[in-house]
Amino acid sequence: MRETNRTELLQGLRDGLPIGLGYFAVSFTLGITARRAGLTAFQAALASFLTNASAGEAAGFTVIAEGGSYLTMAIMILVANARYLLMSTALTQKLRPETSILNRLIIGYDVTDEIFGVSIARPGWLCPFYSYGVFILPLIGWSSGTYLGVMMGNLLPANLVSALSVGLYGMFIAIIIPPARKERVIAVLVALSMILSYACARLPVVSGLSSGTRIIILTVLIAAGAALLRPVKAPDRDPNFEGGQ
Amino acid sequence: MTGNPYIYIFIMAGVSYLIRVLPLTLIRREIKSTFLRSFLYYVPYVTLAVMTFPAIVEATANPVAGALALVVGIALAWFGRSLFTVAVLSCVTVFAAETIMSLL
Repeated sequence: MRETNRTELLQGLRDGLPIGLGYFAVSFTLGITARRAGLTAFQAALASFLTNASAGEAAGFTVIAEGGSYLTMAIMILVANARYLLMSTALTQKLRPETSILNRLIIGYDVTDEIFGVSIARPGWLCPFYSYGVFILPLIGWSSGTYLGVMMGNLLPANLVSALSVGLYGMFIAIIIPPARKERVIAVLVALSMILSYACARLPVVSGLSSGTRIIILTVLIAAGAALLRPVKAPDRDPNFEGGQ
Repeated sequence: MTGNPYIYIFIMAGVSYLIRVLPLTLIRREIKSTFLRSFLYYVPYVTLAVMTFPAIVEATANPVAGALALVVGIALAWFGRSLFTVAVLSCVTVFAAETIMSLL
C-alpha cells in the first residue's frame, strides 16, 4: 500500500469514529422499529449492513410491518433514498476522473448523509482509501446497533427511547449548521427549508402526501430555486487549488 | 408480515445500492452546467433541513423537548462541536427536559 493511501485510510478511520458512535445510538432505535415489523435481530442487522440508510430503512421496515408488496418496497426505498442519487452525483465530481470502476463500485456502497458530509469536506480530490477508512466503524456501529435494538429495545424505559430518537436529527444538524455559519446563502436555505417543511406537514392536501414524497418535492424545488437565484461561482478546474467546494 | 423477509431486505439493499452507484460509475466527466452544479451543491443542506424539522419535534414524547433539542443542537453545531457531541447532547436535552416536565 502506498504511503499516501495508508495516511488517507487512517485519517478516514479517525473521521469515521464519531460517525460510527453516533450510528450505534441511532440504529439502536431503528432496531426497535425492525422488531415491531417482525424481523429477527439477525435479519435487521443484515438489512442495516446492506442498506446503510436511516430514513430508507425506517420506511422499509414500515412496508414490511404493513405487509406491502415488493414493488411498494422498491418505490418506497427509491423515494426515501433519492437524495443519495444526488449526493453520489456530487461525489463523483470529487473523484479523479481516472478512478477505477472497482473503486467506484466500493465507494458507492456506503454513501450516507454523514459520510457524504465528511467526504465532500476533504480538501482536493477524494482518495478511495479515505472512504474505505471512513466506512469501517460506521458499518460496524450501524449494524451492531440495529442488532442490539431488536434484542433490547423493548427492555428500555419509554423516556430513554424518546431521548435516543433525536440522535439522528442531532447528526443532521451537526452537518448542516457549520457550513451555514460560513455561507449566508446556506443559512437562509436551511431556515427556509425548515419553515416550508413545517408548512407542508400542516397544510391540507400536501400533508396527505407521505413524508418521503414531501422531502423529495421540497428538496428539488428549493435547491432548484437556489441554483437559479444564487448560482455557485464558476467551476474550479482543479479542486486541489480550491480546497474542494 | 406477508412476504419473505430476505426478499424484502434484498430489495431494500439492491435499490439503495443502485441509487448510489449509478451516478458514481456512469458520470465520469465534470459537470459543466452551472445550474446543475449549484443544484447539487445545495441539495444535501436542503434535504437534511427538510428531514430534520418538524420531524425532530414529532419524534419525542413531548414536542417541547424535541424543540429544545433542535435549539441546543443548532447552538452546539454553530460553535463547532463535533457530530458525536451534537448528537449525544441532543439526546441528553430531551431526556433532561422530559424528566423535568414530568416532575412539574
